[in-house]
Amino acid sequence: MPGEISAQALFGQLLLGLINGSFYALLSLGLAIIFGLLNVINFAHGALYTLGAFIGWAVLHYAGIGYWPALIVAPLAVGALGIVVERTLLQRLYRLDPLYNLLLTFGLALIIQGLLQTRFGSSGEPYEIPALLKGVKDLGFMVLPVYRGWVTVVSLVVCLTTWFVTERTKLGSYLRAATENPALVQAFGINVPRMVTMTYGLGVALAAFAGVLAAPIYRVSPGMGAEMIIVVFAVVVIGGMGSIMGSIVTGFALGLIEALTKVFYPAASSTVVFALMAVVLLVRPAGLFGKAT
Amino acid sequence: MSTHPRKRLAEHSMVASLLAAALAVAPACKKTAPASDHRDGTAAATGGNKITIGVLTDMSGLYADLAGAGSVVAAQMAIDDMGGKVAGMAIEIVSGDHQNKADIGSNIAREWYDTKGVDVIVDVPTSSVALAVSELTRSKNKVFLASGPGSADLTGKSCSPNTIHWTYDTWALANATGREIVKHGGDSWFFLAADYAFGTALERDVTRVVEASGGKVLGGVKHPLNAPDFSSFLLQAQSSGAKIVGLANAGGDTINAIKQAAEFGIVAKGQKLAGLLVFISDVNALGLDAAQGLILSEAFYWDRDDNTRGWSKAFAARHDGKMPTMVHAGVYSAVLHYLKAIAELKAAGDGKAVVAKMEALPTDDRLFGKGTIDPNGRKRHAMYVYEVKAPGDSKAKWDYYKLIREVPADQAFRAPADSACPLVAK
Repeated sequence: MPGEISAQALFGQLLLGLINGSFYALLSLGLAIIFGLLNVINFAHGALYTLGAFIGWAVLHYAGIGYWPALIVAPLAVGALGIVVERTLLQRLYRLDPLYNLLLTFGLALIIQGLLQTRFGSSGEPYEIPALLKGVKDLGFMVLPVYRGWVTVVSLVVCLTTWFVTERTKLGSYLRAATENPALVQAFGINVPRMVTMTYGLGVALAAFAGVLAAPIYRVSPGMGAEMIIVVFAVVVIGGMGSIMGSIVTGFALGLIEALTKVFYPAASSTVVFALMAVVLLVRPAGLFGKAT
Repeated sequence: MSTHPRKRLAEHSMVASLLAAALAVAPACKKTAPASDHRDGTAAATGGNKITIGVLTDMSGLYADLAGAGSVVAAQMAIDDMGGKVAGMAIEIVSGDHQNKADIGSNIAREWYDTKGVDVIVDVPTSSVALAVSELTRSKNKVFLASGPGSADLTGKSCSPNTIHWTYDTWALANATGREIVKHGGDSWFFLAADYAFGTALERDVTRVVEASGGKVLGGVKHPLNAPDFSSFLLQAQSSGAKIVGLANAGGDTINAIKQAAEFGIVAKGQKLAGLLVFISDVNALGLDAAQGLILSEAFYWDRDDNTRGWSKAFAARHDGKMPTMVHAGVYSAVLHYLKAIAELKAAGDGKAVVAKMEALPTDDRLFGKGTIDPNGRKRHAMYVYEVKAPGDSKAKWDYYKLIREVPADQAFRAPADSACPLVAK
């Protein structure tokens, strides 16, 4: 409805964009951390996000464990899976061309998605919004579901905490040093392989966390990660590979841009991100926040 | 600054390969097993001693539960009911995943017709793919039995002497659901329509019904197929002030839209949702909490009578305990009628002749009862308007619908003379 949209309605749409952006930010954050230290493009990220949502559903369905514990249980479970994957599979590929770990994680994604599809079908499973966060707030210019407000706040907190830990703490300085020169950091007596393993576990745990956050909003279906991950990769590329702040800012910004597209030309809302990515890569091949090498 | 050489090398190729991979991942994700083939491709082509039925469907995408593997089960059940043979010819099934993309669907269909000896293609639950397969089927003079797709254009301006549209269509949905809702005061509408052939046709057909009954359409928005987030569109619907938000989409899109409409308090604020195409698999995925009170139309519901219950339970036993959708029922019914026509003709080679025979024979099966096929290829049977039960009224899993109204066969579908189909003599 271009032309007839009021400033108030536009503001509402922008707020929605920020909310969607918080999912992009949370997912691209995990990807950026993993890429930063491991040099691995984690194609399994979307599938692990899906897995997080399904674990949230399964613990509720089979064990009666609700939303709040699931926010911890699912990331722990997926993080543990990530650690196993890193130790048994990824670790063997670091010395080879990066395409190998790309293939490995892509294969993992297909396996996880296929197994879920076989077991649960494509329509997905229902998941209720927790009672505490049900309902809507009338902000005057728009109706905001309480749950979406919660998602935005919590993902901002998680994103900024992660940024703080990597950029402003001693642990973070080890991480960044290991990114620059793993051999030297190892020589100083820091156990780099263990740090790498834990980083991968943390990165995928973030994906599972986003999955549980998403379960009450999107249908919990095997394809939910695949729908999301392509956009998230674009976010990481635009933000600059491996840049943590870059992926957070770009995640939110792309949410906004997508929101504007949905108002003015909805049919393009699923492609605008890629047009933008192409432009950014032409102008700044290292991404908006990336350092050129 | 000295960068680690391994890293520098990696980063150079990284961005490029990531870009390529990210763009390729969407199709690549699903490009597994384009067609699974249960028969040996060297067998004699059409007119031989075998009938080959190709079930072309969505095996992994947003329509996989409403059609998908269940459609193969349904086709097999029809074959079993015919004793596995017709007119002395063995019957075989091949199946393929069209991934809801017209180019992929056409390629599989062409390969099936040209090299695999397929005589008839059934299902195809995506209108854009179905329109392409219908055109191809006509040029190859085979048979296309459309159960899954919705666009009424298949028997309208794009009708074909080789295609029968079996289960439902956008005109019938508009006529049943749309009319029912307008009758109860839902006279102003806003549409969320999937941006492809089906969504466009459904919005058009419902608009016609709404306007003809004195209602008006205040606006609408077209969303991309398989959109995860509907919040923006729902907000537009909310600010339109329309009494009814019409969902002209299907499968996973409908599920997400209804789920998020509940989140945004659309219904709580006094607007009503009209699910213009809702399958029982969608209701199952939504849960009754979110789906209760929806008005919807189906050509088939498993719990309608003893016949449908008996067949559906046998189906569920072969399909992970999942009850059939109307698309599955339609595949069964269509394949059964096709085989009956072959039994009389004793040959499957001439698609146009087979369809003519199917149109000449009255249809009769356990699921849809007695019916007919119009000269534009439209199968005619009753449609049913249902309301989704509240969780308290449902006695068991899959006990989801309460019958509101039956639309008899003669009113349920568009009259052939109004269809703009060139095959219909004026």
